[in-house]
Amino acid sequence: MSTQLASAPSPVQVHNLRIVLVGSRADIVDEIVIDISPGEVLGLVGESGSGKTTVGMALLGYTRRGGVVDGGEVLIEGANLAELRDAQLRKIRGGVISYIPQDPGTALNPALRIGTQLSEMLEAHAGLSEADREARISETLSEVALPSDRDFLRRYPHQLSGGQQQRVAIAMAFASRPHVIVCDEPTTGLDVTTQARVLETVKDLCRSHRVAALYVSHDLAVVAELADRVAVMYAGRIVESGTRDQLFSAPRHPYTQRLLRAVPDLAGKRAVVGIPGRAPQPGHRPSGCFFEPRCTLAEERCGQEFPPVSDLGSGHAVRCYRAADTAAKAGVTDGAAAAPAIDIGEAVLTVHELNARHGSNQVLFDVNLTVARHECLALVGESGSGKTTLARCVAGLHKNYTGQVSLAGTVLAPSARGRTSDARRQIQYVFQNPYASLNPRRTVGQTIARQLELFFPGGRRDIGTRVAACLERVSLPDTAINRFPDQLSGGERQRVAIARALAAEPAVLVCDEITSALDVSVQAAIIDLLRDLRQEVGLSILFITHNLALIRTIADRVCVMTGGRIVETGATETVFESPSADYTRQLLANTPSIEAALGEVAVAGAGSGSGSGSGSGSGE
Amino acid sequence: MTKFLVRRILLGILTLFAVSVIVFVATQALPGNAARAILGKDATPARVHALERQLHLNESVFSQFTHWLGGILTGNLGTSAATQEPVSQLLSGRIANSAFLVIVSAVIAIPLSIAFGSWLAVKRDTAVDYVGSTVSLVFASLPEFVIGIALVLVFATSVFHVLPAVSLIPPGDHAWDHLNAVILPAATLILAVTPYISRIMRGSMVEVLESDYVTMARLKGLPERTVIVRHAVPNAIVPAIQVSALQLAWMAGGIVLVEVVFSFPGVGALLVDAVGNRDVPTVQALALIIAAVYVVLNLAADVLTILVTPRLRTAER
Amino acid sequence: MTSGAIDPSFASAPAAPAAPPSRLRRRQWLATLAVALKLTRTRIGLVIVTVIVLIAILGPLFAPHSPTAFVGIPNSGPSSHALFGTDQLGRDVWSRFLHGGISVIWLAVASTAVGIVLGLIVGLAAAYAGGAVDETLMRICDVFLAFPPIVFALLLISAFGPNLLLLVLTVGISHAPRVARVMRGAALQVVERDFVKAAEAVGESRWRILFGELLPNVTSPLLVEIGLRLTYSIAIVAGLSFLGFGLQPPHADWGLMINENRLAIAVQPWGVLLPVLAIALLTVGTNLITDGIARAAIGLDRGDS
Repeated sequence: MSTQLASAPSPVQVHNLRIVLVGSRADIVDEIVIDISPGEVLGLVGESGSGKTTVGMALLGYTRRGGVVDGGEVLIEGANLAELRDAQLRKIRGGVISYIPQDPGTALNPALRIGTQLSEMLEAHAGLSEADREARISETLSEVALPSDRDFLRRYPHQLSGGQQQRVAIAMAFASRPHVIVCDEPTTGLDVTTQARVLETVKDLCRSHRVAALYVSHDLAVVAELADRVAVMYAGRIVESGTRDQLFSAPRHPYTQRLLRAVPDLAGKRAVVGIPGRAPQPGHRPSGCFFEPRCTLAEERCGQEFPPVSDLGSGHAVRCYRAADTAAKAGVTDGAAAAPAIDIGEAVLTVHELNARHGSNQVLFDVNLTVARHECLALVGESGSGKTTLARCVAGLHKNYTGQVSLAGTVLAPSARGRTSDARRQIQYVFQNPYASLNPRRTVGQTIARQLELFFPGGRRDIGTRVAACLERVSLPDTAINRFPDQLSGGERQRVAIARALAAEPAVLVCDEITSALDVSVQAAIIDLLRDLRQEVGLSILFITHNLALIRTIADRVCVMTGGRIVETGATETVFESPSADYTRQLLANTPSIEAALGEVAVAGAGSGSGSGSGSGSGE
Repeated sequence: MTKFLVRRILLGILTLFAVSVIVFVATQALPGNAARAILGKDATPARVHALERQLHLNESVFSQFTHWLGGILTGNLGTSAATQEPVSQLLSGRIANSAFLVIVSAVIAIPLSIAFGSWLAVKRDTAVDYVGSTVSLVFASLPEFVIGIALVLVFATSVFHVLPAVSLIPPGDHAWDHLNAVILPAATLILAVTPYISRIMRGSMVEVLESDYVTMARLKGLPERTVIVRHAVPNAIVPAIQVSALQLAWMAGGIVLVEVVFSFPGVGALLVDAVGNRDVPTVQALALIIAAVYVVLNLAADVLTILVTPRLRTAER
Repeated sequence: MTSGAIDPSFASAPAAPAAPPSRLRRRQWLATLAVALKLTRTRIGLVIVTVIVLIAILGPLFAPHSPTAFVGIPNSGPSSHALFGTDQLGRDVWSRFLHGGISVIWLAVASTAVGIVLGLIVGLAAAYAGGAVDETLMRICDVFLAFPPIVFALLLISAFGPNLLLLVLTVGISHAPRVARVMRGAALQVVERDFVKAAEAVGESRWRILFGELLPNVTSPLLVEIGLRLTYSIAIVAGLSFLGFGLQPPHADWGLMINENRLAIAVQPWGVLLPVLAIALLTVGTNLITDGIARAAIGLDRGDS
């Protein structure tokens, strides 16, 4: 498994780590075994609630409020963190092992200048003279392609862009030349282009400084591009670990296999498949294998006791009783074919010469698009491209525009209030944030009933049956009727939002990044749902997203937007295989993809997924 | 930022103008013969005429207002209906005394509260925190005159005969020459104000200590003292500063009851006397001054907030 | 259909932590109160307030003497027919105390009600309407906020004389802008949320949005404000009575009693001590309840996100 010299201890060794909740002693993570060699990147993959961030922070001897270490040990360069005194632990944090946070916006102190936050790292650890400290800061900043002049150092975090903030965080982590780095999903919330650059930087720095890295992420494509070895976590346990190729080409745990099938495929060769159900929370974990309730291969013994570790040779280990049988299944490139085509009708929604403003700034420039009956049109762009504004104009939520939005030939008023009730019914909007789009003071049943009353008044008597029918369409049971939103998971809430929209029997469904806040398996299930609904109900969908791979699985046509303009429109296949706009090519090249990382498929526009380099200058 | 400052000051002036209108309307412009209503049914016709002339009640409401406001702005605060002295003469010593009382109280209360609140936050969820927070809660609930009376009961009468129950400062003398007489009123104000500021300080300190950037500072291996002093306090102190300025403004009204309890020769006690005597010009002048202090202190609070928050300080407006 | 099967784990989905039963959840304010009542401090506060209110309301039924009757030598100590001695006019302190609470309480409750209703309407309307309407309403609030409540009441009393209705109105009006600010702040956070936009997108009427979507989601801060305003009202009303501008002599009133008996405090403290204790306990009690509600509200809101 490890290739280090026998004399020096691995920089990171974790033996049977167990962390529990302070009150109930329910386990958050347990039986965690990790070993990372110098220069090696271990990707720790899992969905929300898997405990991956908890493990990442434990490497620094830190548990978040409410958690406590209950067993096992964490050895950083041979030193057992639990046995160290506070002063010694502080020396190791930042000096031997550094942390790159998930959200630099909140992790950088808003009241301190960048220069101060960088130099205090060195003051605490590197033991350099002031001149040497300045030199080291300049050096590190240039390694992350940021300027190091006085003006820049005097800036406050809010004066930097998201990408710049993250690169400052990376510089802070590498400045003291640590031997280990823990990266906690550092590219969450960054644009694809910025993300590519950040990943490139992290990879280079780890290589050149021989740093052992733990890369925590839920994004399998990113991990495929970056990691040497991968470990998959589910409900607080590591269920499979091995080299990157082993895990992505020949996964043996049913969860890993299902997870890979849920990741959208940029090359479009396979459809996404979701995993129904959800992972058990701490305190609600069964005595057998945690994945058993959702596993299609489950047997009786799976429900009795958690499977022990089976060593499959060459460093590939898995915890599953059925590992031998799953070998028959191939890797990621196997799976159901993409959905069959649907008959497209005539145009139902038209946007003509739309120019929109926010206050006095213009944000949309001469936008034209059409959505045909039964068609799914994807609107893709990075943040700031104007795609959400466009969606809101269509739905009547943003009225500061010139140009026309027409439904089946009739021009609509800019504001929803000014439209006829029928027009409002025909265009329904599903929001991005499932936690904010449902009234927390209303039950699911009340929310849907209200929608039915609004658009199909009269018929009070059978409202219960109609609500249940709406819920069934999105695969929610009628026990959901009396639940409040905070009792549902993110995926369930999004289903309710979709059910609410569908209850109006619209012609067009506007989906505004509806899966961005969801885990990849939940996202796949929602995409599945939308595809099925299109078949059954004949819905047109305007699908807004920044995730290119996702589009491939669901859209017939694509509009690519940047800076408020549409730069390319066309059939999905055409745009992805032979893009005509430079921007599209750049987007495709920068989007991480598992297949590209494994070298199995070449993505149009560039080689195996590396971006346009670390770039020069500080701009984004 | 200067543009914002100018806008804010203009807004403050506008507010003061509106305040003067309200003061005027409340006392003079409401229906019924104001002078007769003010002086009551048994007032002699001579007194009524005198007041009418003084308040220019025979003229239109508008010109009454301009007379009055014009007078105020040129330093003529009118003549007291009770003592027939110029109001400004009545006020000068009193304003100094009240100002002294408020400043002494603020100078002690603010640092005390900030330190107390931070300490409670660091000792969060321990017995110290529980007791401290509960005591704070109790004092925050008590009306300021109740605190004053309680202090009198404890320190000036039954329990300890230590301090004077009444601030016997001879008229014409200044408060700072008789510090003994200032102790209890100041203590009352301090006890009234400290609970609020320390609660806010504790709350914001707790929040800051749990923030991502403080966690990050700890993960960077910085010494705990640096984490608290350099990372936590500058962020935690901002709400406390805002509340302090607001509490200072509160004191402008809070001194009324406190001064009466201790017979402290200040602006508040004068206001109450004037109300009792239906001395409208004095009431008008005092109400306007107190409101003006309130507005100015709120303005200062806004400006301070911006100065102390880098994000607001550097934003283009 | 792969997603056709009803989600099997739905039935076993864990409920939100510490959420009260669904029956109560329908009304947020009931849920908040239910959770608040579980806290010790709320219970203690409730007991204290109930005791004091009962004394105030039922007191007159149990008073041994009339509040204005002469029962002994002025400022004499406790005796057989004057449990806590006499005041400076020779009246029974205990009887006056038992009669003196009701005015404080009804004046405080009335002014709170005026302030809350006025402030709520202004605050919600400003938050929802936004733009020029919001600016104007807030500027008007700022002007009224410039007056400390006592000063505002004194201002009007100087012109009209002591008048209980005037007192209620002025104290209520001085509360209103503060309530409006807080409710506006709370409503602004809700107005931006997607479910309000969803309601607009389907064309719900403005009133329905104000009272159907906004109001139910701000009942927690509203309950806290009611508690805070009540506490302040009691203090201000008692203070004004103390100054002699509330109930007039010879009526018995706790605030008035404190002032009347102040001079003899060294000799006969009971005349001051009893009403001071009552007012102190009342305000501490209401503040404890308010604090309990505030904590319950924070706990419940956390369950939302």
